[in-house]
Amino acid sequence: MSVTVKIMERKGSSFLEKIYLFEIFKGMRVTLGHLWRNLCDNSRLYVRHYPEVKPEITPRWRGRHRLTTHEDGTVKCVACFMCQTNCPAKCIMIEAGERMDGKSEKVPVRFDIDLLECIYCGYCVEACPMDAIRMDTGIFSVTSYDRESVFVGIDELLATKGAFDEEEYKKGGA
Amino acid sequence: MNATALEKLQAAFPEATISTVLDSAVIAVQPERLIETLSHLKNDKDFKFSLLLDVTAIDYLEYPVAQEARFALVYTLRNWQKNMVVQVRTPVHDPDAGVPTATHLWDSANWGEREVYDQYGIRFIGHPDLRRILNHWQFKGHPLRKDYPIKLGQICYETDSMEKEIRARLALKGVSQSTMQDINTEIMFLNLGPSHPVTHGAIRILTALDGETIVANVNEIGYLHRGFEKTAENLTYNQVIPLTDRLNYCSALMNNIAYVKAVESWLGIEITERTKFMRVVMSEFFRIQDHLVCIAANLVDMGGLTNYWYLYNEKEASYDLISRLTGARLTSSFTRIGGMYRDFYEGWEADMENHIKNIEKGVSDSYKLVAQNRIVHDRTQGVCVMSKDLALSYGFTGPCLRASGVPFDLRKDAPYYNYDAFDFEVPVGTKGDLYDRLMIRYEEIFQSIKIIRQAMKMIPEGPIFVSDHRVALPPKSQVYGKIEGLANHFKLIFEGVKTPPGEWYDSFEAANGELGFHFVSDGSGRPYKVKVRPPCFYIMGGFHEMVEGSMIADAVINLGCINIIGGELDR
Repeated sequence: MSVTVKIMERKGSSFLEKIYLFEIFKGMRVTLGHLWRNLCDNSRLYVRHYPEVKPEITPRWRGRHRLTTHEDGTVKCVACFMCQTNCPAKCIMIEAGERMDGKSEKVPVRFDIDLLECIYCGYCVEACPMDAIRMDTGIFSVTSYDRESVFVGIDELLATKGAFDEEEYKKGGA
Repeated sequence: MNATALEKLQAAFPEATISTVLDSAVIAVQPERLIETLSHLKNDKDFKFSLLLDVTAIDYLEYPVAQEARFALVYTLRNWQKNMVVQVRTPVHDPDAGVPTATHLWDSANWGEREVYDQYGIRFIGHPDLRRILNHWQFKGHPLRKDYPIKLGQICYETDSMEKEIRARLALKGVSQSTMQDINTEIMFLNLGPSHPVTHGAIRILTALDGETIVANVNEIGYLHRGFEKTAENLTYNQVIPLTDRLNYCSALMNNIAYVKAVESWLGIEITERTKFMRVVMSEFFRIQDHLVCIAANLVDMGGLTNYWYLYNEKEASYDLISRLTGARLTSSFTRIGGMYRDFYEGWEADMENHIKNIEKGVSDSYKLVAQNRIVHDRTQGVCVMSKDLALSYGFTGPCLRASGVPFDLRKDAPYYNYDAFDFEVPVGTKGDLYDRLMIRYEEIFQSIKIIRQAMKMIPEGPIFVSDHRVALPPKSQVYGKIEGLANHFKLIFEGVKTPPGEWYDSFEAANGELGFHFVSDGSGRPYKVKVRPPCFYIMGGFHEMVEGSMIADAVINLGCINIIGGELDR
């Protein structure tokens, strides 16, 4: 096995290249070949009829966040501030309160994500020791007419469901 | 660096203290002896450090260990024949008085020293054009000094006319005042950019024209400067990875790999075999993406739109694999210190083979349109020539340097990640014109495909992370179930991966050339200083040499051809 140096050959000095038309017709053959193939079968064209046809979203896709819940519907988050600490963009703001149902000591009373600041790196998911925050909603387009509505709070984060079932999500490597 | 080279260095500089850090030698000298040392290293036949890779400074204001002076200046040099890297360090006692410039030795020192002046406020005595480069001209203070308040937003209210600079350049070219005023030979000034389709981003090219011929040219960069280095100082080592995506965004994963490779080499971590092969496969795949963008955009500039579809369609399709693998199309953030974020997904081999087959087809089709086309030959051959010596002097690396006839490629000359186990060719040009630069990228795509095919056959099974608890996050099952795992997880996230105190430089062959990282660590989990050596910064520094004497239309395709990427140019 070896790495060798290859001196690039310089083209353009031959007679056929100089007379221009011969090579141009050869080039046209390539282009017309594409035209012919596309006329016969246009299924291979790289065109997606968005928004009617959505792009493929895979289990690893880092979409908009959501907060997960226990089976009884209570919030999994224990307000440990790990996601907030690990966030390179500093877009998560948590306020902790006392938890009364005995599942843990703390619970977030506020959990805000500023989606305009978020860089969708997935570091919050990686940092979470409770599997309480995920980015598996499949929402890839976050748009709005005002800044306030892309500042999502705990209710909206809890209300959004994941786009994949548990098995599929785990298969993604989480 | 081997022992004999080190002995030679010590013999040549008996007064200096020489130490080795990783593969490079560090020579510490006093400012009075700096230029003498640099010039000896460049001109002596034993050393011949013909490439000045980077110039940077360090502000030790908050460094826990006391240093000789608050600032230190570091010149990173490379001898490409013997693959030796040397860093020359000197303390700067008085930044306002400054240190003598090295611009007469290497042309790349011009932009390198300007950046140091801009970011650290260190003056260079005798520098021909000492002004800001990344920050705007109305900026106050020097942002990479440790006492600069990070939240101080400074706005530029007026554009810099750059009249002084272009007139100085004209005078250097021998255009006299009377020529400029004569109605027959009058010079016209024209701005290309900052916001213009040909600039492929935001960059300002100010030209002085005689008819359509460019007589003099000066450039203004920094429109995309967002303070990567300052931001990184306030984040842990792992948190910087998403920011490296935004350096060269055409090949985000390569930056991720280059960054973690630099940190791992200092930590002394030997990553697993599977990770090495994964990194090779992905970095070659992204090298292809980068070249596809470059060639496609370049040929559009030249008027060959059909090529764009053949090349860009395949690039677009490749994002299927990239998003399945990394979870995002553009900002991959796929590596971590000590491994990869995730393993390959099930069935990636088929996807990869499918993509590279299509890319091969697309690139071959485009090559058929271009290779023997006289229009392309007439527009590119002998245009915007960069000679070998000039390219080295301006600090060119990567395809642009190889186009000028220098067979230097880090994958060949300083192999990492088992690159010496692969069978591939490094294409080298002969003239250093636009044609060579274009054709080299075509050839590199085919070579990268060759490497991917070999690596896919050789890739072993196994873990993708090292099992070092100081570096790698514990598996989630341990975090959820065991207190030790949880404590380990908390400690790593809160404090970051701790690196031993010290300074080091490590480099990687990215799509555009040598992507280097100079780190300073104070022993904590956050870098005390990170300096990126972006390949296209120095290539852009030599842009005027290529275009002066050419036509405007040539400057346009030359800009596309050197593949400047605003993200890494301006950081």
